Amino acid sequence: MPDDLNWAIGGEAGDGIDSTGKIFAQALSRAGRHVYTSKDFASRIRGGYTAYKVRTSLDRVESVVDRLDVLIALTERTINENMDELHDGSVIIYDGERTSMQDVEVPENMTGLDVPLKRLAEEAGGAIMRNVVALGAACEVANFPIEHLDSSLSKRFGDKGTAIVENNQQAARLGQEYTTEHYDHAYGYDIETTDEDYVLLNGDEAIGMGAIAAGCRFYSGYPITPATDVMEYLTGRIDQYGGKVVQAEDELAAINLALGAARAGARAMTATSGPGIDLMTETFGLVATTETPLVVCDVMRAGPSTGMPTKQEQGDLNMLLYGGHGEIDRLIVAPTTVSECFWKTVEAFNLAERYQIPVFLVADLSLAVTEQTYPPDAFDMDAVEIDRGKLVDDDEIDPWADEQERFQPHFPTADGISPRTLPGTDGGAHMTTGLEHDSLGRRTEDTEVRVEQVDKRQRKVETAKTEEDWSSREFGDPDADTLVVSWGSNEGPIREAMERLAQNGIDIRFLSVPYLFPRPELSDAVEAAETTVVVECNARGQFANLLEQDVFERVERINKYNGVRFKADELVADITDLVRPQEVTTQ
Amino acid sequence: MSSDVRFIDFKSDKQPTWCPGCGDFGTMNGMMKGLAETGNHPDDTFIVAGIGCSGKIGTYMHSYALHGVHGRALPVGIGVKLANPDLEVMVAGGDGDGYSIGAGHFVHAVRRNVDMSYVVMDNRIYGLTKGQASPTSREDFETSTTPDGTNQTPVNPLALALSSGATFIGQTFSSDAQSHAEVVRKAIEHDGFGFVNVYSPCVTFNDVDTYDYFRDSIVDLGETDHDPADRDAAMERIMEGGTEYTGVIYQDPDSVPYEQREGIEGSMTEIPDGAPDDAMDLVREFY
Repeated sequence: MPDDLNWAIGGEAGDGIDSTGKIFAQALSRAGRHVYTSKDFASRIRGGYTAYKVRTSLDRVESVVDRLDVLIALTERTINENMDELHDGSVIIYDGERTSMQDVEVPENMTGLDVPLKRLAEEAGGAIMRNVVALGAACEVANFPIEHLDSSLSKRFGDKGTAIVENNQQAARLGQEYTTEHYDHAYGYDIETTDEDYVLLNGDEAIGMGAIAAGCRFYSGYPITPATDVMEYLTGRIDQYGGKVVQAEDELAAINLALGAARAGARAMTATSGPGIDLMTETFGLVATTETPLVVCDVMRAGPSTGMPTKQEQGDLNMLLYGGHGEIDRLIVAPTTVSECFWKTVEAFNLAERYQIPVFLVADLSLAVTEQTYPPDAFDMDAVEIDRGKLVDDDEIDPWADEQERFQPHFPTADGISPRTLPGTDGGAHMTTGLEHDSLGRRTEDTEVRVEQVDKRQRKVETAKTEEDWSSREFGDPDADTLVVSWGSNEGPIREAMERLAQNGIDIRFLSVPYLFPRPELSDAVEAAETTVVVECNARGQFANLLEQDVFERVERINKYNGVRFKADELVADITDLVRPQEVTTQ
Repeated sequence: MSSDVRFIDFKSDKQPTWCPGCGDFGTMNGMMKGLAETGNHPDDTFIVAGIGCSGKIGTYMHSYALHGVHGRALPVGIGVKLANPDLEVMVAGGDGDGYSIGAGHFVHAVRRNVDMSYVVMDNRIYGLTKGQASPTSREDFETSTTPDGTNQTPVNPLALALSSGATFIGQTFSSDAQSHAEVVRKAIEHDGFGFVNVYSPCVTFNDVDTYDYFRDSIVDLGETDHDPADRDAAMERIMEGGTEYTGVIYQDPDSVPYEQREGIEGSMTEIPDGAPDDAMDLVREFY
């Protein structure tokens, strides 16, 4: 226990909470410790309450917990918001000289460290560094070597010059020294460091990095929380590989820009969140019927309408499965961890080109904003493979041309996948259209050709079903009576809950589903289990409904839709309640 | 190869289904001529067409082409061009496609100034849906959906373009084959977004903006002392009521296309078989 630490900084939007939190998380990561972060943030530029939370351990951490050991509180509200998570022995660092904090009363069972953050920051060179003073104090409390914080500050401010870095390092020192001088040095925390090499990144960044690795060279998007980080990550970086990010006037344009780039032959992607997916739905059918390889990323947030833009939800499943008029062929992959955000992005690009089809890459807010540590080889670039599918060059066109030497981009092959020429290929010129078309890509209302083309497009999906691996990620005891099924970011908290449930004598088989269409065949697993529980962040149980349709059996549901991700603690209680209703545990 | 391309090479073997006498025939011929005269080849050309009578043009021409969603032709064309600047990209559509459902994209395509051309067949009516008011229909134009006229000011596409930062604005009359083709050619040659609004009469549903009307009202700026580089003079012509000017109305001689400003140097279509050689550096950035 003393080696684990749950730490947070909270204040108003505009207080620099995010960047301060990230600096501390990076320091821990650089000290060879595992880190899992979460954010309480609001859709506003200033004011309100926002917090950045860090959980760190020597072992991998996959979830937030209802526990807060060290809290840097820039506002009184920060303390009140976290009262449930604070405990005997929690340490609260605050600046009693701040007018709004003068009357703050730290509960008696906790330790309050009143540190003049602003004054010490000014001493180091500027009030703007007050959060860094607090980080220095936090290092002292956690017994965490301040050199790692120095290293993280160098990374954060390095491009602003040596003086800025040194001022910040000095600010941290002043915070640490003040704490040593004015308070007893025995808080019970001892943050050990290791020589492990970790990188720290969030799901949006992993998606962006996966896109570059996969050869994506064109990204168009319209800023929207929580998908903007993908765009910001790619901006500038993709240029180094000959690519470009284009900010569109709206999501209608964003998807059509990407569609154009894909028709030209670039690997192209757009990313958005629910409200943007609504607009993009207009073009889904065009992408599908023109058989254009395109990756559309949806980073889900709480809906409907504007909903709760900065809150977690997995509510877009039905939309992604069924959105759009007519019958639209599509593939849907849904990463379940931050590192999988990388690998599933690579996979999405290969699937898109192999099957000339729209591929939806579905993440959720929790995955997108959570920063997690990984050894660098979790993103082994040598393992990235690129398959561009049935691309045809000018000397390979003949077999695919009709008797008048016209190239047939929608030729109804046995596997449903047609040859594809990129513009600029001699002899490959062709049109295509969102109207039903013949093999030449020209409009038709011929009943037989219509059936031939619909069947051909469906045949592609059938080919994908048999040729690709759509299996679940399996964890726990394969023979357990209780089967837990979930998708998206819930994998982490469920895995952590399982360990604790096992200690309580409850064994679980857990299938984490990274493919929503096609998806794993779960009939046998559901049949073998005594109880099947679907865990998801929505109210109506969209995946549970789907599973019931798939397996013709009723399943139990654990749904959360208050905007906050699942925590391992509550899952332990909820699952225990379902499996052993007589001994409800409240953690 | 491109030097011996004839305009007929841009024609497909599909016969147009436009009404006999439709202005779109002349518009399309000028587009094909413009493309051939500027040394382009069908295999290196990408046409994007909108929805409506004008949108059928992709079928009647021979090139790489996409006929997309109503109003979204411009973003598709921009995407094509940015992903492969070696291609000649031409977007074609109607007044409904460009100035109503796609008006937002029109403004932003003009602003972005990508090196491509945009030809709008403006017949001031919705033809394919059999005669409803369009955004350029006159205020008192009576149709099945506007029995008392539209009671709205028509969109002035040229003014919209100029105020959005257009670097090339042309206007032509589809039956004036030679000058139409010439303006289209100049739009293609222009270093930036070459916008041409074409009076392309609908002989079936618009009995006001007819061939006779345009013949009587048009003033060809090529025969006046108008200087296309003079933005104020262009604005004056554009805002003038009653006269239908044709020719190159405005051209910014210093136009620099977006892709050049953004440093896009070549096609994005070629990629390695795996991750880029130095891709582990991207991972190390997160240390």
